[in-house]
Amino acid sequence: MAKEFKTLLTEIKLPYELAYGATWTRFFEGMKEKKIYGTKCSRCGRILVPARTFCPRCFVDTDEWVEVSPQGTVLTWSYANYRYFGMPMDPPFISALIKLDGADVGFLHIVAGFDLDDFDVVRQTVKTGMRVKAVWEDERKGHIMDIRHFEPL
Amino acid sequence: MGRPVAIIGVGQTKHGRRMDVSYPDLVREAVLRVFEDTGLTPNDIDGVVSGTMPSMMEGVALTHFYFADAMQAVGKPIMKTETCGSTGVSIAHTAFYWVSSGMADIVLAVGHEKMNEGDSQATMTTVCEPFYQRHFVAGAPGAFSMQSRVWMDNFGIPEDKVRDAAAYISKTHHDSAFDNPYAHVKLRVTIDDVKNSKIITYPIRLLDVCPNSDGACAVIFASEEAVRKLGRKKVAWVKGIGFRGEEYYFGDSDKAVWQSAIQAAKEAYDQAGINDPRKDLDVAEVYNPFTFQEMMFYECFGFCGFGEAPDLVLKGTFARGGQLPCDPSGGTLCTNPIGATGLIRVAEAALQVMDKAGDHQIPGSKMALGHAMGGADQFNGVMIVGSEL
Repeated sequence: MAKEFKTLLTEIKLPYELAYGATWTRFFEGMKEKKIYGTKCSRCGRILVPARTFCPRCFVDTDEWVEVSPQGTVLTWSYANYRYFGMPMDPPFISALIKLDGADVGFLHIVAGFDLDDFDVVRQTVKTGMRVKAVWEDERKGHIMDIRHFEPL
Repeated sequence: MGRPVAIIGVGQTKHGRRMDVSYPDLVREAVLRVFEDTGLTPNDIDGVVSGTMPSMMEGVALTHFYFADAMQAVGKPIMKTETCGSTGVSIAHTAFYWVSSGMADIVLAVGHEKMNEGDSQATMTTVCEPFYQRHFVAGAPGAFSMQSRVWMDNFGIPEDKVRDAAAYISKTHHDSAFDNPYAHVKLRVTIDDVKNSKIITYPIRLLDVCPNSDGACAVIFASEEAVRKLGRKKVAWVKGIGFRGEEYYFGDSDKAVWQSAIQAAKEAYDQAGINDPRKDLDVAEVYNPFTFQEMMFYECFGFCGFGEAPDLVLKGTFARGGQLPCDPSGGTLCTNPIGATGLIRVAEAALQVMDKAGDHQIPGSKMALGHAMGGADQFNGVMIVGSEL
């Protein structure tokens, strides 16, 4: 019989206060008003969502604010069916990359609004290229989950 | 490239669920083995570089301090290199830089992880900030599943074909792991077992996914002068290295034509004089925590054209007897102590060109590629080794 060795059960809990900065303060405050903002790069012309302080490619300030549509097209998706500690939401859920109308990059969020426990339903419902729209929470806190999810149009 | 550098020896722990040893004792197990393999002692080492995943994995920060004794690094230059999943290749690169630059003649590189001591996916999700991306990546499998779907759609590869090819990869790698004494998962699986296993992040299923492993790997890098002085014949010369990063936001860049993988390989190929990798390489240890993603690497590394990998996988081109065998060790799919994993890929490539890979030796290997990927699809690193200077 294999010898059993002791283990130590321990944990670390650390509080943090993370600064949103000016750009994301404005972006997330916009969510409260059911608005999804991007910023436009004056050099390459791309509209970046969520709004950015600077264009990652051109490295110039992006200070032109543009409201993009709450509707968009699913670029890719995955059905998460496992669990880890501190997972932000309970599985199963569908992570998706969505190209919002008027934006030039993909926006990460979840797709829901149908029976996620029935995988056959999921497989028949969710397709790359499908059109979706944001469903807003009634009480919004200036948080990414002010959009409850995106649902099929 | 600076002056020539060779890998002169390799040490690995038995990888797996290693609750029989403390973390420093696990690290020492690999370090003892590389000293045994090379006949060197700690006195011969000019510097030590090590690395892991983010410290949340085991809850101890700056582990190169914790392991200074286990790595016999006291009184020597010591550095930690950390690039998430590609850490192991970055450690190898760092050791290479030290020797190639002339700052050191013999460097000990150590990668290590004890994934069973914490929550690996919770740790990996902390790679993303908590304002936005952390909510949606669904751990490593979530991000890589989304990427796999972009690839399938982009090149119009039927999902059924990709599914069959991924299952073939899983089956053959699981079989190969039986020939690797250090591999973690030793499980005979059938194609149907893979295709019917539990969905983790669709389209990825349980048998498409690597395990959580505990393990360490130690590799000694030496200058040409040291190789001559020590009288070593069977060494693995570093022929080329490449590393590239991507933009941070998952939705900003093309995930199918994956620039960091393409450019990292190209940089290494240019240095190594490789024009046709499928022909010029004899074996590749491609980082493959997920079967689907392994096929993307084949394409980005130029082993075949874009969209072609599933067909070639099903023809056996990348299997043990094929034109370019990939992951004859069983790969990351069967063994993934993450901070060590990229260094294991380099070590396995080195063992192949030194003709020391034992039961999973690809006969006559002269040129081999080791690779690792890290972050939410963000980093790719490659090291190519050869039997001749």
